[in-house]
This record gives sequence, C-alpha cells and structure tokens, in this order.
Amino acid sequence: MISAITTEKIVKCLLSVTALISVAILFIIVIHIFINGVGVLDLQFLSDSPRRFEEGGIFPQIVGTLLLVAVCMAFAAPIGVASATYLVEYAPDGLVTKSIRFFVDCIAGIPSIVIGLFGLAFLVYYLGLGTSLISGGLALSFMILPWTIRVSEEAIKTVPCSYREASYALGASKWQTIRNVVLKNATPGIITGILLGTGKAMGETAVVLLTAGSGLESFLPESVLDPVGSLPVYLYIMATQGHTSAAYNRAYGAALVLILIFLGISVLAVFLRDHYRR
Amino acid sequence: MINTEKIIEMVLFLCAASSTLIVFFIVAFMFREGIFALAMGKDFIFGMEWNPSQDQFGIFPIIVSTFIVGLGSLLISASIGIPCAIYLAEFSPEWLRNIIKPSIEMLVGIPSIVLGFFGIMILVPLIRDLFGGTGESIFTGWIILSIMTLPHVIAISEDSIRTVPKTFKESSLAIGATHWQTIRKVILPYAHSGILASLVLGMGNAVGETMAVLMVIGNPNIPWIPQSVFEPVRVLTSTIVIEMGYAVWGSMHQHALFGIGVVLFLVVALLNGITMTFVRRRLEI
Amino acid sequence: MAKIEIKNLDVHYGDAHCLKGIDIEIQENKVTALIGPSGCGKTTFLRTLNRMNDISGADVKGEVILDGANIYDGLTDVISLRKRVGMVFQQPNPFPMSIFDNVAYGPKIHGIKDKTELSSIVEDSIKQAALWDDVGDRLNESALKLSGGQQQRLCIARTLAVNPEVVLFDEPCSALDPISTSKIEALIRELKKDYTIIIVTHNMQQAARISDFTAFFLMGVLIEFGETSKIFEKPECEKTEEYITGRFG
Repeated sequence: MISAITTEKIVKCLLSVTALISVAILFIIVIHIFINGVGVLDLQFLSDSPRRFEEGGIFPQIVGTLLLVAVCMAFAAPIGVASATYLVEYAPDGLVTKSIRFFVDCIAGIPSIVIGLFGLAFLVYYLGLGTSLISGGLALSFMILPWTIRVSEEAIKTVPCSYREASYALGASKWQTIRNVVLKNATPGIITGILLGTGKAMGETAVVLLTAGSGLESFLPESVLDPVGSLPVYLYIMATQGHTSAAYNRAYGAALVLILIFLGISVLAVFLRDHYRR
Repeated sequence: MINTEKIIEMVLFLCAASSTLIVFFIVAFMFREGIFALAMGKDFIFGMEWNPSQDQFGIFPIIVSTFIVGLGSLLISASIGIPCAIYLAEFSPEWLRNIIKPSIEMLVGIPSIVLGFFGIMILVPLIRDLFGGTGESIFTGWIILSIMTLPHVIAISEDSIRTVPKTFKESSLAIGATHWQTIRKVILPYAHSGILASLVLGMGNAVGETMAVLMVIGNPNIPWIPQSVFEPVRVLTSTIVIEMGYAVWGSMHQHALFGIGVVLFLVVALLNGITMTFVRRRLEI
Repeated sequence: MAKIEIKNLDVHYGDAHCLKGIDIEIQENKVTALIGPSGCGKTTFLRTLNRMNDISGADVKGEVILDGANIYDGLTDVISLRKRVGMVFQQPNPFPMSIFDNVAYGPKIHGIKDKTELSSIVEDSIKQAALWDDVGDRLNESALKLSGGQQQRLCIARTLAVNPEVVLFDEPCSALDPISTSKIEALIRELKKDYTIIIVTHNMQQAARISDFTAFFLMGVLIEFGETSKIFEKPECEKTEEYITGRFG
C-alpha cells in the first residue's frame, strides 16, 4: 500500500508534467514556424506580388490583411463602443436589455464558417457586393462585434462611480458626463481591447475565404468592391494546394509574417496598457 | 438640450440592438439558403451517401465523423487540461503560475490556420510514419483540435477550482487529509460543474473549428463512416469549405452546403446552451 | 422667507421608508448641520435637496421649495438646479485631470468657453477654497497628486466654480486627518458669508463648532431642529439629549 503522502508526491509530479506539456506545445509550434519561415523573409518576398502560383512575394496579401482589418474595425469599433455605452450607462434592468446581451453572446458563439456563409449569402450575393474588400471587412466586423462590445464594456465599467457623481452634482447632463468623464477615462482600455481584437480578426480564415478573394491576388484593390488577397487564405492555398517545397516555403513565410504581426500587436497592446496606467 | 439627450440615447440603443438584428439576419439567410436541403428531412440528415455530382446529399457519415473527432479531441484535452488546471490552481508556486498561464493563453492567439499548417507539416508526416496511411486522419484531427481546446479547458477549469471556498479546503486539511485527498474528495466535486462546462464548451469549439481540422483530417471524396481512427474523414465544417469553391450558386449542391451550415449552427448552439446552464448552476451555488 | 423650505418630505427606496414627513426651513447664509446615527436618513435628506436621489431611483413625495419654487414640481430643470445647489462628497473625488481642468469642468459644461474668463473663474474659486497658496503655481499638475485634504478643497473649489447659492457637504471631513479637517471647518465658516451651507456630519463637536442651526434625525424622522447653541445646551427632546450625550450613536 502506497502511503497517502507518496501518492501525493506522485500526483504532483504527474500534474506538473501536464503543465509542462501545455507550455511546450506553444513553444514548439512558434519555434518551428520561426525556423522554417525566417529564411524566406527577405525584402523581395515582402514587397513582391504572387506570380505563377509558387513564385513571387506576398505584398498584396500583407496589405490586403491590413485593409480587411481596417474595414472591419471601422464598423465594429464605433458600434461596439456605442453598444457598450448603452448597455452600461443607459440600459434599464429588464427584458429588452437581457435580450440584447443574450443576442450579443449568441453572435460570439456562432462558428466562423457560418458567419462566412452568411457573408456569402447576404453580402456577396443578396446585396451584390461580390467577393470584395467590403464583403470581407463587413463579415469580419460581424464576427468581432461581440469582442469590441465586451472590451468596451469592461473599460467603461472600470471608471469609478464617484467620477460620474461629481459630474452630475456640478450640473452636467448625462451625455456630457459620459463624453467628458466616462468615455474619456475608458479610452485607453477601449483602444487596447480593439487592438487585440484586430489581432484576432487578422488570423481569421474561414470568413475571409468565402467573402474577400481567392487569396492569390497579385494586385492591390483599387476600391472597396475589388477582391483582396489576405495572408491566411494565401497560407491556406500554399499549404494545401501547392505540393512543392517552393509552395511550402512561401507558406512558412506567410505564417511567420502572420505570427510576427500578431506578436507585434500583443506587445503594443501591453505597452499601451502599462503606459496608460501611469 | 433635452432633445439632444434623447437622440443620443436612441442612437446608442440602435447600435446595441444591431447585434439582435445581425443574429436574426444570420438565421434568416442560413435558413433561406439551406431550407431546400433541410426539407429533404430524413434523407438529408440520415442519408448515407454524399455525392453531389449524383445529386445525393446524405450527411450522416459526416455528422458521425464530426462527433467522433470532437469527442476524441475532448478526451485528450481533458486528460491533459484538467490535471494541468489542478496543478496551476493547487500546487504551482505563484511565480511559475505567472509564466505558465500567459503562455497557455498565447496559444489561443495563434490563428487556427497556422496551427493547421503546423499540423500538415509536422503532425501528418509523423503519424504517417508511426501508424501508416496518409497521415491525414481522425487521429491527427484529435491532436490538432485538442491543442486548440486545451487553453479553454485549462482556463475555465482552473477558474472553477479557484472559486471553491477556502473553508472547505481548510476543514478537510484540518482533519488530516492530504492535499491530494482534499482535491479529490472536496475540491473537484465542488468544481465539477464548472469543469464540465469547460468540456462542453470545448466540444462546441471543436465541432465548429474549420481551418485547422480541415487541413489534417483527410477529406476523402466520398465520406463514409470510419472503421479506424487512422482513416481520413470529412467533418461538417471541412465539407463546406472544400466544396463551396465549386458549388454553383443556386444549385441544390450549394443549398445542401448551407444545410450543413444550419446543422452545424444548431449543434454548436445546443452545446453552448448547455454550457450556459452549467455556468448558471455554478453561480447559484 | 427661508432659502429652502421643506414640507412634508417622504422618501422611499423600494420598500424602505427612508424619510418620514420632514418639515424644516433652511436659512440663507447660515450653516445648518444635520446630525444623527448611521442610517437615520440625513444623507438621503441632503441628496434630496439637489435631486441626486433621482439617479438612484428614489421615490420622493412632498415639497422642497428653493426661493419660492418647488424643485419637484416637474417643471424644474435638474441641470440648472444643480448649478444653484452644489455638493461636496464624503470621499474627495477629483477627476483624473489637471487641477485647472478639474475646476474649469463645471463652467465649461455650462457653456463658458473663453479662456480668460475660465482662468479667472478658476483662480477665484481656488482662492475661495483657501487652496491657492498650495497650488497656484502648478495648476497643470494632475489633481491626483494632491493630499487628501487638498483634494477635498479642490472639490470645494470645483463646486464653487459654477457659482452656486447653496453648498451641500456630505461628511466632508470623515476621510481626512485632523489638520485638514480644521482647515475645512475654517473654510466653511468663511464660505457662509456668500453661500447657504448644509452639512451632514457624524462628528457632534464639529456640528457644535461650525453650525448656526442643527437638525437631529433618527430613523428617518426629524426629531428636533433649532439653533445649535440651544440644541446642544438645552435640547427639548429626550432622544436628542441622549444622542448628544453619547448614550447611543
């Protein structure tokens, strides 16, 4: 019979192994991509356009990803902040408010491929916007809206009630108080949250695949109605439809660029959050 | 002045209500496109043959495969994730926890497409070497999906364990129980609904996951109910992506794909709904 | 006529009956102190005077007549009311802005944009609050850097900047040290020359020191009201005497 104390030691050991595995996974993946991708990243790769499937660079894809995310946030950020402001500052306790919160949670739970399908049916075909920057950007904004609402809500809630009280006692109206005291103080948190949301939207493939473009575009869009390339879709095509090492190399390059942009955003967000805390 | 206030409140309300509008639109359009397939009823859901070129649209093998892939990945992430959560909540020193937790959270940040790519380049050849076949299989899908659901299972389970009131733990230790005995007999039972919630949520994520699983699961031309875990299969999400590219808009094929989308939507919604009930029950305790 | 006449004031918060049939008159340019044990309703009463209770959903019946007009008559604009009746809170709550911006907040909200005008209002208010010597040369610094007592005087300056007629103080010194407390007490004695002051306080010695009139509340009822000297030396009600002599509190 093993004593209880020995059992405990064994258990503690086993458990810590699982923690180790969980952390190791992250590092293995990132390091692997880094090693294989870093050799591909030269100036030419980053500034050239895709040519003949397996040659050329990913410039339009990088720009495309940034454009898609910009369009996405142009819609999701203001509506998110506005929704959050309403939910925290105005919404009375009751059925209407509960329903709104429920539906926001609903969107958050919808699989991204379904949002992509919706974008396809509604934006691309029903509204006739076609496979384009605007379709992709809007579809992404539907997906990321719960996130922007949530981070805005959290930022607004951290503004102390005493500030609001002081403002009202001075004779400020509700909107004056919200604009000058609440939103002003919530802005750092909102910006940080939206920045992180940008990172999430950037890596989203299924939605963009169905609404924005083929992925191998060698041109930049001239208007929002033009199709636009993106890094995730490019990566997808190179990885699944190119079977040569040239294609795989490019895929590694694209994957690395994605990870680097994402890391950059995370670092920027942490930096901003600490900066504002001072 | 008062009028401005009312206008602003109305505008903000409309923004907040837009979420409701979006959900209704999504539901409306999904059904609009998918209704033709769903109208086939039993033939669609329980049909065994998925062969668009022959106008056969049975998705039962695909549904079965989806659940096999989802459940298997859940078992793996639970086996690693729950012990890890216990370790983080009960055993690890604070400094270590502050290293491990962010690292695991960063895993969530890796786009699924990158994970799927990693799967293709490393996992698939590995499994091919070890177990034969093409390497693209249910088993590979299990591993990739478990990597994706692991952070969520860990985060929510750890949270549940931490919310167990200290007094329970202290009274158990005061009787002379060891730490592990306390965990097994007091803490885990109390936290079980939160942990279960994390698993159901993980299942929802796994079923709804598209890109990562798409790249490693095999996607044979004619899906069938798998006989071994090393066979390639189709899942609901991968079928949609693969075939949407060449399904003619307006054709039955396209409607069938939307029908799959509706089925997917409903399954995930159900799983999320179950999670919500668990969470509510936990908060009531 | 009194500055504020309160007639038959009844306040409910949900099922709780917080104030019962209050009748009282507040005299202009005097300091009126509200005393009583915790939960007696004195803060609720104070907040009725500038309708801050509206925000927390209180149900108010009765009349509060400021300069002849009932502020609960449905015609009163709450915003201009709060300009006339200002409030200083228990915990100093300056905005996370510069000292200047804190004091200028009120006037700006009410439409004053001219920079020279704002500057002179700010300087005037800070001087009235006996804070100019401390901060006159560093108005652009963050208000959060000030000490507790200084922050509270800043909040007073901020309130004075909108040029109120009445200033309500809700236990303004309870979070402060004795030296800051005496500074603020001296300030209140000065301010009553230009403003009508109503102060809620837990500290009976403070009430005795600085107020002209005192009202004693107990469980939502106004037990006794009168000149401070009389309340503290020869109270009419037994309960008043018991509270003042410390037999309960």
